[in-house]
Amino acid sequence: MLQEYFPVMMFMGVAAAIGVLPVLLGMLLGPRRPDAEKNSPYECGFGAFEDARMKFDVRYYLVAILFILFDLEIAFLFPWAIMLKSGELGAFGFWTMMVFLGVLVVGFIYEWKKGALEWE
Amino acid sequence: MEELRAVIEDLLSPLLGGYAAWAATFALTMMKIVAIVLPLMLCVAYLTYAERRVIGAIQLRIGPNIVGPMGLLQPIADALKLLLKEVILPARAGRFLFLIAPAISLTAALAAWSVMPFSPGVVLADVNAGLLFVLAVTSMGVYGVIIAGWASNSKYAFLGCLRSAAQIVSYEIAMGFALVTVLMAAGSLNLSAIVLGQEGPTFLSWYWLPLLPMFVVYFISGVAETNRAPFDVAEGESEIVAGFHVEYSGMAFAIFFLAEYANMILIAALASVMFLGGWLPPFDFPPFNWVPGFVWFFGKIAFLLFCFLWFRATFPRYRYDQIMRLGWKVFIPLTIVWLVVVGLWMQTPLWFWN
Repeated sequence: MLQEYFPVMMFMGVAAAIGVLPVLLGMLLGPRRPDAEKNSPYECGFGAFEDARMKFDVRYYLVAILFILFDLEIAFLFPWAIMLKSGELGAFGFWTMMVFLGVLVVGFIYEWKKGALEWE
Repeated sequence: MEELRAVIEDLLSPLLGGYAAWAATFALTMMKIVAIVLPLMLCVAYLTYAERRVIGAIQLRIGPNIVGPMGLLQPIADALKLLLKEVILPARAGRFLFLIAPAISLTAALAAWSVMPFSPGVVLADVNAGLLFVLAVTSMGVYGVIIAGWASNSKYAFLGCLRSAAQIVSYEIAMGFALVTVLMAAGSLNLSAIVLGQEGPTFLSWYWLPLLPMFVVYFISGVAETNRAPFDVAEGESEIVAGFHVEYSGMAFAIFFLAEYANMILIAALASVMFLGGWLPPFDFPPFNWVPGFVWFFGKIAFLLFCFLWFRATFPRYRYDQIMRLGWKVFIPLTIVWLVVVGLWMQTPLWFWN
């Protein structure tokens, strides 16, 4: 069972190596002539005014939180969706998930009406 | 495969003794991995060439035609050029994160290929939780983008990574719901089982027909997830120059580029496995079923990839609020409704997909 996942692990190792080795090779083969102007962050011709790690719009947080909520719902749907076709869930199992989705939709309508999805 | 493993084990046993069996498994797995990754990287390289030629043709230009016959050596020349360019480390950038970000992007884009079925039984790891693994590992790609934007210490990179991350996670939800409907229809997470569930006399038995809205949603979400035109606000040249990878140069930039194109191929391959019957022929009678399965699979991938390029050449870029509106206010309600419809449909005798 678990040994099925060993090739997956190896594959990820190879993929990571393909991501890292060319960069190292590039640093080795390419020139290395740093100067202050070249290394300064790009900002339309003048020196950077302030640190780039600045405040940003709170709506990005909101999107992240809503994403976590909905992604969790999807995680809950996964086992139900696999079992649905086998018929073992029966009417009770089916309608339980419909009620769950109904609750989810009520929450979705609430956030919509609250304007959480608006980007002016 | 088992014979080959035994041969390798015999060869290695004088050297390694008791560890030979383990080493042979390792060597054989490594060969399979190389047999997947090498053609894949070639496909990625030639996808960049195809993109320039196709968009050139659509815009009545020629496209690259100087390097090699018909410009066929252009991707090789590009790779060599980028290899010989300086990898600039910007001042006050987080060096480790700056260099690790492209690797994370590429690993996330490639790793899902380990469970991809190419033909019946031709799959590196036939794991039962295949689709769950794909969902999990492709979600990791957003880390590469965020880390790159944060570590660059550039305002454009920072804004680009925020936009890109918010866009990717928004479309991830619609994509997740589309996957759930596929699971309902197939009753399995195993990608080979999903393809076999679509077996039938014609292409009408594939899942694209009952799940047509989900197929459209999945593919458009795929375009949005890979930050491709018309959803490429994360790297909109006219607003934030190149977005999250503005500070990257040389090979570090090339890895981001490779990851983007590998992601495109992955989205196309997953769409063909889940909705277009993977390796199955469109008609299950001669001469169609004489053609080997992987040819159909690659044909479907090639068609969907052409659609990616076609979209880019055809549609103007969306505004950011339009992108978020499409993701949250159109796709999520649509996918929830279709999930309920499919659920109810499967309770009736009118569900013809086995």
